[in-house]
This record gives sequence, structure tokens and C-alpha cells, in this order.
Amino acid sequence: MSKVDQSDKALLAAIEDGLPLVSDPFAEVAREIGASETDVIGRLKRLVGDGVIKRFGLIVRHRALGFRANAMVVWDIADNQVDAVAAILAAEPFVTLCYRRPRRLPLWPYNLFCMIHGRDRHTVMEQIAALNETAGIADRPNAVLFSRRCFKQRGARFSSARAGVA
Amino acid sequence: MAVLSTLEHQLLNEAQRDFPLEPQPFRALAKRLGTGEAGVLAAVRGLLDRKVISRLGAVVTPNTAGASTLAAMSVPADRLDEVADIVNAEPGVNHNYEREHAFNLWFVVADSDADAVRGTLDRISDATGLPVIDLPLEKAYHIDLGFPL
Repeated sequence: MSKVDQSDKALLAAIEDGLPLVSDPFAEVAREIGASETDVIGRLKRLVGDGVIKRFGLIVRHRALGFRANAMVVWDIADNQVDAVAAILAAEPFVTLCYRRPRRLPLWPYNLFCMIHGRDRHTVMEQIAALNETAGIADRPNAVLFSRRCFKQRGARFSSARAGVA
Repeated sequence: MAVLSTLEHQLLNEAQRDFPLEPQPFRALAKRLGTGEAGVLAAVRGLLDRKVISRLGAVVTPNTAGASTLAAMSVPADRLDEVADIVNAEPGVNHNYEREHAFNLWFVVADSDADAVRGTLDRISDATGLPVIDLPLEKAYHIDLGFPL
């Protein structure tokens, strides 16, 4: 991952708990890591441009906004069809994530994962039925895993990268 | 459920992505919304205090600035709290959910490199005596534009 150097990692570590809520947050972050404000802003823009940061902004806790039904939906889709099926699923506005992951046979036969957030369970089940129909995958093995308790939710840690920075 | 003020609602619509990367970002955001910087800062603090948002910051694309994986465990119901505590205690774990399935505990591990991620999974497996299945991302199909209100 040549796009990301140690200074980038130190910057990501410095903001992993969020920007300070002050008038000039990038200057404060810059002081913390011993860089200039211009350097911090320039690096962040480059990381966004390179796709390392996929979004920069407010990170919403969906449960607090009343989106209490969260389902991870998984399917077993043939390897030569999974890209085409995923493109259809990912285009639906209520699909918030769509990933391919490895199967772990015999325990875990599913390779396509979608996350759906909805206000209630009934709505989410209807959305899943619509996905199955639109993508023509209703006959494929699948499972719906609604979330029960959230034990932890926060951003990724990069703090261990700090050790490598003078 | 949180009740949002007009400004909070506007902020959530405007600032889940493309937060201004410039010296006075809140002033820039305020200008875009036709209001003042102090009001915007207070509104963001309010969203944070009421836990409507978890932070103002970056969502990093998996496996670009480090390594990550999704892991799952099948935990006996009477051990779920104990095992969830062990998983939560690992600093590399950032999401940890109970889900309705034989695999009932799902968590995301992210760290600076693949060895560190592997180490976290191994420690959890050793500490709990339970297998952990490792389901790393192979391909992402969705561009995260933030959460639709």
C-alpha cells in the first residue's frame, strides 16, 4: 500500500477519535503530530483523492436516528456471477454496504454480504424480498442476520502506527 | 429516538461527506448553510453529546491504510456476555454485534498490518477456547455516501 506512508498513518491515528471541535481543527491536529496545518490539510485531501479516505464528515449512529432494524444479508452466488449480482444490489439506496468475502466451508457457505438499515424489521424483510426479485437470486442459499445487541461501535484504530513515528 | 433541530438535520444532510478541508471548516460549512460558525460548532457538539453521531472524521477504505477483517463466532448463549467482553477488550476491535444466527457474534478487527489482525483473532480464540472464522474483504461493490436521512 504505497499510497499510505508513516506520516499518513500518524495523521489517521491522530484523528481516529474525531476532529477537535474548534474553529481551526486542522491546526490543532497539526500541533499534536508536529506538522503544519498546510501539510495536514494537503495530506487529507490527497488521502481522499487516492480513495484511502472514502468519506470525511459526520459519522452517524443509525440506531439513534430510529433505524433500529439492521440486517446483514448473505448469499451464496456462483463466482462467475457474483460481480454482476453485486452491482445490482449495491445500486439499491437502502443497501449501505456490499462486499464479497471468502466462503469457509462447510461452516460458512456464503460469499456475498449486504448491510441494510431500516426503521423496522418488516420494512427490511420487504426490502430483502425486493432485492431477491430484482437480482433474480431468490433461489440461491441465503441467510438474514438481524443485529440484537451492539457491544461496540467506533472507527478503526491506527494508533499502533504512532509507535513508528519519531 | 433523537429529535433533530432544523440545523442539525441540515448538517446531517450536508456534512456526512465532503467536510471542508480548509483552515476554518466550520465557518465554511456555516456559510454554505446560511448561518454562523458558533451555531454550527454548537450543533455538532450537541449531536455528539446526544450520541447521534460517533465522531466527525474519516472513514478509511478497508485494507488501504492497514489491514482489517470481519470475524464471526458461534458462542453458547450462556457465554455470550463473557465472550463479548473478551472481544471488546481487544483494542483492534471496532465493531462488535450480536446477530440472530448460529454464528451469533460478529466483529470487525482493524490494525496497522495483517499480522496484528491475525494476532487479535488468535488471542480471542485462545482466551475463549472457541473457533473464530476470518472473513476478510475480497471486493467492495458499494461506495459509502453516508447514511440517508
